[in-house]
Amino acid sequence: MPRVKIARKSTATDMTAMCDVAFLLLTFFIMTSKFKADDPVPVAIPSYTKTVVLPEENTATLTVGKGRVFFSVDGDKIRASMLEQVGQLYSITFTPEEKAMFVTLPTFGMDIQQLKPYLQMLITNPEKAKSFQQPGIPLDTVSNQLFNWVREARKADVALNGKALLISIKGDKKEEYPTIGKIIAILQKQKVNKFSLITASRGM
Amino acid sequence: MAELNTGGGGGGHKGGKVRSKKASTRVDLTAMVDLAFLLITFFMLTTTLLKPKAMDLVMPDKDEKTHDELAVPASRTMTILLGANDKLEWFLGVPGDHPPTTDNYGKDGLRKALVENSDKVKKESGGKDMIVIIKPSDHSTYNNLVSALDELSITGIDRHAIVDISPVEVELLKRDHNY
Repeated sequence: MPRVKIARKSTATDMTAMCDVAFLLLTFFIMTSKFKADDPVPVAIPSYTKTVVLPEENTATLTVGKGRVFFSVDGDKIRASMLEQVGQLYSITFTPEEKAMFVTLPTFGMDIQQLKPYLQMLITNPEKAKSFQQPGIPLDTVSNQLFNWVREARKADVALNGKALLISIKGDKKEEYPTIGKIIAILQKQKVNKFSLITASRGM
Repeated sequence: MAELNTGGGGGGHKGGKVRSKKASTRVDLTAMVDLAFLLITFFMLTTTLLKPKAMDLVMPDKDEKTHDELAVPASRTMTILLGANDKLEWFLGVPGDHPPTTDNYGKDGLRKALVENSDKVKKESGGKDMIVIIKPSDHSTYNNLVSALDELSITGIDRHAIVDISPVEVELLKRDHNY
């Protein structure tokens, strides 16, 4: 009896197409992923049960840690116009290079008088600027700096996007209440009565 | 992975001519695909997990000029004083009405007190909600405030406000070594 020979087929499949798709997706995710900017101070956020997801756009964040306050706003245009407005209030003019540098800063926290030298240092000597410890934005009511930064950011957002800026506070667990209380008072002074506290979500 | 040599080597050695073997042009892509999918998984997970979560906080409207404060019936209020070392004190009504109770932020601490007092107030006032006033002292932490708000949201008490602490209440905290 003649044996019926089964033709042996190669088990190798053509993976070219799969590889193409895989790398296409990989490229997409790499391009779209935004890396979280480092916080200027280590911040361990408290946890809360019923959290909501913060919208990604149109937000400003006040980072609080070790008694220091840092401010960051989304959007290059808003940042540029905010810097110009606040500069006018304190009669400081920024050069176009300084403005361009400020726009790239993820977050900042210092006295307005220190800002111009710091931006200059970033342009001329970035290595030195990295080791510079930012002291935080002054919270006192005499110079009213945080108040002005927040207000100008809100104004810029309304002018450019026509939306109300959503302000969120990202505070460290161990931060003592007075700092948070002062910030809330500053926000309430300009009738911002609704804001968000950034928290981690916790299961019941 | 098994891969058959498909190209070349067909002729054999007939005629004594030595033909150079044609090497297969196929490359094993398995490892590359594995790596690509691993990275895809990584980026997919990290992009979705990093969305910041937040809680909304609504403060009562505050007018600095008029100093008008909402009058709340003392019989329906519970005041929570946030002290140092993760301790809190709560009392019903105005300070002096009831002796304050020192408590913690846990499940058996503040949550239990909130549920009990809420039921009590509801019974006494004929179905009206309890109003909770949170007063953080200067030595309490941000985490304490969020924890207290968290307990309120867990117990479903919607009527609450964050108010500045008064000297009388600081004295209370000091007396009980919670300041």
